[in-house]
Amino acid sequence: MDPINWSSVFFWLFSTVACVFAVGVVLSNNIVRMAFYLILSLGATAGLFFLAGADFVGAMQLMIYVGGTLVLLIFGVMLTAKGPFITMKTSAGEWLLAAVVGGSLLAVLIAAATSVGAWQQPHERPNTAQVTATPLGMALLGARVDKLEESDATQRRGMSGYLLPFEIVSVHLLVVLIGSAYLARPKRRVSGPSETPAPTVSAPDR
Amino acid sequence: MAEYLRQYLTPEWLAYVVAALVHAFLLVNLLAVSALVFIWLERKVSGRIQDRLGPTRIGGKFGWLQTLADAIKLVTKEDLMPADADRMLFLLAPYAGFVASYLGFLALPFADGWVAVRLNVAVFFIAAVLGLEVFGVILAGYGSGSKWSLFGAMREAAQVVSYEVPLGMCIVIPVLIAGTMDLVTIGQMQEGWFTQWFVLHDPFTFIAFWVYFTCATASVNRAPFDLAEAESELVAGFHTEYSGFRWSVFFLSEYGSMFAVSGLAAILFFGGWNGPLPVTHWLGLADSTNPFLHYLGNFLGMLNFVAKCIFGVTFMMWVRWTLPRLRIDQVMTTCLKYCTPISAAMFLGAILWTYFIPGGLIVPNNDGVVREGQMIVGSYPPADEAAQSDADAPPASVARAGVEGN
Amino acid sequence: MNPFVEPITVSHYMVVGAIMFVAGAVCMATKRNALGVLMGIELVLNGANVNFIAFGSEYLRPAADGMGLDGQLVALFVIVLAAAEAAVALAITLNFYNNHSTVDVDRADELKG
Repeated sequence: MDPINWSSVFFWLFSTVACVFAVGVVLSNNIVRMAFYLILSLGATAGLFFLAGADFVGAMQLMIYVGGTLVLLIFGVMLTAKGPFITMKTSAGEWLLAAVVGGSLLAVLIAAATSVGAWQQPHERPNTAQVTATPLGMALLGARVDKLEESDATQRRGMSGYLLPFEIVSVHLLVVLIGSAYLARPKRRVSGPSETPAPTVSAPDR
Repeated sequence: MAEYLRQYLTPEWLAYVVAALVHAFLLVNLLAVSALVFIWLERKVSGRIQDRLGPTRIGGKFGWLQTLADAIKLVTKEDLMPADADRMLFLLAPYAGFVASYLGFLALPFADGWVAVRLNVAVFFIAAVLGLEVFGVILAGYGSGSKWSLFGAMREAAQVVSYEVPLGMCIVIPVLIAGTMDLVTIGQMQEGWFTQWFVLHDPFTFIAFWVYFTCATASVNRAPFDLAEAESELVAGFHTEYSGFRWSVFFLSEYGSMFAVSGLAAILFFGGWNGPLPVTHWLGLADSTNPFLHYLGNFLGMLNFVAKCIFGVTFMMWVRWTLPRLRIDQVMTTCLKYCTPISAAMFLGAILWTYFIPGGLIVPNNDGVVREGQMIVGSYPPADEAAQSDADAPPASVARAGVEGN
Repeated sequence: MNPFVEPITVSHYMVVGAIMFVAGAVCMATKRNALGVLMGIELVLNGANVNFIAFGSEYLRPAADGMGLDGQLVALFVIVLAAAEAAVALAITLNFYNNHSTVDVDRADELKG
């Protein structure tokens, strides 16, 4: 019997959790349960990232993505904790349409994913563990330490770095922070159909 | 260990599974036993602080077995569930919190190289995972279908999300000094006398440690920041509706994460497994090639580390029984108006300090050795001629050694 | 064909990404709750990230053909932008809730002619 490939075992475990709970998000109607399923799905995806050797992105996924979902969850509880809002049913016709469209999209994507032979060739895993955090940080500063062996001199000196996108994203985040705090600030309420107490308003911090 | 078992167990995968289960069992037991000790310790500490004796009867003079008696009582209690509860979430919530606090131990080294998984982003991983513990609390609060629980959970959520900001900034400061996020390497860098500990590296790290500890106390939901429980206002907060075993799982995860944040503090600021004096070096244990002596040195290091963790946890207990609970607005003020600006200032200060006084003040810390996973940033930009003429030119090769060292 | 013995390839990762992407797209299309739509968006972006990581991984492809670090960097930017997008969308949802006392996206039809 061939030796068990442990990374395959863990891949099947994580991918099953990720896919099953992703479908769970679609099928569930209760917003808080949806958030819970989403957390499990995203967490399992972080596991997949760790398996693929992307440690830093995996930890980032846990911290930002899953943490961001935490805020979603809180809002879900805050905005919909009252009876009638907690479940919003979708009509059967919409379900049918979505299933047809989604199913055909899935078929196309899976056919595309399995069509290229080079993508299906198993690759010998390198024995050295990858250090990802420092090269990533350096790449964000515009210096590519992973390209030192590149034959092209411009590339080797770090001309393919990500300093400009990094700066743009930083400014973008600042704008988003201010913008969302401005949008969500407490203000005069227009009376709605039902008398609900004003929700506690706080700006999401991410 | 798996290699050893393979000789005896016929299907090869069984050996790996058994080895993995044994390791997991050891870690879970570490959590359970430490919780057992800490609960007893908490009772004794609180008793002494309030000028009484604490438990004295069960198990001899000091009441050693009080927690065990409590545990038996809890397990035999009836497991209640409110009629309004969201059944699935109510049942799963305690375990969600427990898994999060248990995952943190995956990357926490107990001695040089004694770590379940050596991640090169261990610091980040632990910080991320500890932030997830709040899910258990929120799900419990929502799933219970009770007003008190929901209030407790929402308070906890707001508190933890806010405190993650200064906490993260304080964690970054030792990482900045070490130049790596690998906890094992960070521990190795603080070898030697206690003056090598990062807490004494410069005044900014010293203050950053106190900010870190404040925020860590808040993020593991301990008094004076235990707004989620606030028994004088919210009955028992998020675990009002829980009883029996599930209730005790909440406590297990609380003590587990207290241990984890103390361990993180010990490694980031207090030298990890390195004692205040380099005793293991004097005895020649740490560098010994003899496996037994090396093991002994690591074992002493682990004792050191655990002692530091217990000290941290005891400190949290001391704070808990000394200070009154804050109001929710005071908790938020502490975070947003004090901890965040202070930690940001300390961050900037530490950057400037390492820029102008790179070696540290007391004893030059930088011995020029590039350790695993570490990178000397200043040496990166390969000079044009060097990079073009020879791939093995000194600057480029130093940078590569750092990156590929692992 | 024991699946636990076969090594994992890029195609496996791509199928996982495709399932998550489609789940997200269907979620966006069918949910009437604004927060549900947001969760769909998160799933879609996440499915895309899985592909980036798979193509960038040295464990799955030879380093010479792979995207190398670029895959991880793009995934990082996607994560950061997803967080930013979630913050703005939540703020808008909150505003909508303040004005209409509901988060049903089908009720946001005031501009309809």
